[in-house]
Amino acid sequence: MTKDEIRAEVLDILTDIAPDEDLSSLDDSQSFREQMELDSMDFLDIVMELRKRHRIQIPEDDYVNLASMDSTVAYLEPMMKDM
Amino acid sequence: MIRSVQDDRRIVITGIGLTAPNGDNLADYRAALLAGRSGVDHYNIRYVGDTLAGQCRFDELRHQKRREVRRGTRAGSVGIYCAQEAVADAGVDWANIDRERVGVYIGVTEHGNVETENEINEIKAFDYDTKVWSHHHNPRTVANNPAGEITLNMGITGPHYTIGAACAAGNAGLIQGAQMLTLGECDFAIAGGVSESIHTFGIFAGFASQGALASHADPARASRPFDKARNGIVVSEGGCLYTLERYSDAALRGAKIYGELVGYAMTSDATDFVLPNPVQQARCMELALKRAGLNADEIGIVSTHATATTSGDIQECQAVRRVFGKSTRTKINNTKSFIGHAMGAAGSLELAGNLPSFHDGVVHATINVEDLDPECDLPGLVLNEPQEVGDVQYILNNSFGMLGINSAVIIGRV
Repeated sequence: MTKDEIRAEVLDILTDIAPDEDLSSLDDSQSFREQMELDSMDFLDIVMELRKRHRIQIPEDDYVNLASMDSTVAYLEPMMKDM
Repeated sequence: MIRSVQDDRRIVITGIGLTAPNGDNLADYRAALLAGRSGVDHYNIRYVGDTLAGQCRFDELRHQKRREVRRGTRAGSVGIYCAQEAVADAGVDWANIDRERVGVYIGVTEHGNVETENEINEIKAFDYDTKVWSHHHNPRTVANNPAGEITLNMGITGPHYTIGAACAAGNAGLIQGAQMLTLGECDFAIAGGVSESIHTFGIFAGFASQGALASHADPARASRPFDKARNGIVVSEGGCLYTLERYSDAALRGAKIYGELVGYAMTSDATDFVLPNPVQQARCMELALKRAGLNADEIGIVSTHATATTSGDIQECQAVRRVFGKSTRTKINNTKSFIGHAMGAAGSLELAGNLPSFHDGVVHATINVEDLDPECDLPGLVLNEPQEVGDVQYILNNSFGMLGINSAVIIGRV
């Protein structure tokens, strides 16, 4: 998957998790939490969806990498580039 | 009789919020009951396949964000809809009410089966790898979930919990709310029952294995308590929550009052997991009458629990005959013939459908009785068409459940 495809995939997951949010103007460099209503259970949903959809296991220590779209895509790229 | 209870110990119903397979508010629901409109329809659920059920069609997004719906349970959504509608109906100044003094008491037949079944189905696709088991499972399946979701949605910080009481739960929730008001644990109670059970295949499969799941070519005619050809239960979802207040508080704010809880009782059979016990059911009704200080003949309507099982209906009729057999004025009806068995919501929903009788003087019928079972031929049974009876002063609502749990509440006109 390319970076753009990974971003689209993460956006699709976010759309499911936060269905009330308008994500069209999401700032990729800002943290998700500053831009939308997300709590720790929602973050676990991101982890779970990546696990279910792509069998990606994210260790708890790495959850900090899922703070913003930019950091998420950068973190996932090595794992998803060959998918 | 002359009642002499102090006004701050009298508990009254001031608001009703409900969703039933044939109506999402009291006016529509009552109109359906008087018009003979069933809410039972074709239904399909995993593993069981095609069957019948009463399904609610209320708008979840009326009181919840999509995120809340996704996060929570169907029982939570049913409860939130009913609680919000009941509070709005009560006309209370909700923005300024002390929410630390609001209690939420929700009757449920069961809770957690829907989510557990969903998760097992989900991990099946992953070769039962529990790493994909949802972190939402526990907050969704804890027994207090439906009541807790109401408090989250409405910012209520008083006590909340569910009352697990099989199919007597709707009455049990109402009774619990009244008791907590009487004890001073809260000043405003949201109480009744909810059910999401149609979303679990297990309840359908369980009744089918028991030989107690209804079938009929015409869904609207499938739920037929007291009919000779009845063949079981139609499982339904639903919810009905009441706002309860002390009469003194309700009168002070000039609240509309639907009725007063003048008596109630709960008893146990201690005889069988499934089969009811008419002796204990009768004792439950008699105890409620005794506590209300009423004679059987003073009850205008007995709302029966009958679920359309072969033996259950006969046994409840034995109990009702024992208590009301000599009553000349009491009418008897059954709401499950319209909506099926709404499980944890059944008691409170069936009571709600009868409360308008205090003002319109009409008793809704038991529909779908084409060939009355002689063993269910009770005096005063209102069959197929509603009856105008004029003055109704008291309604007794029966609700019974598995493991031999019996409940009866008596509501009086105020």
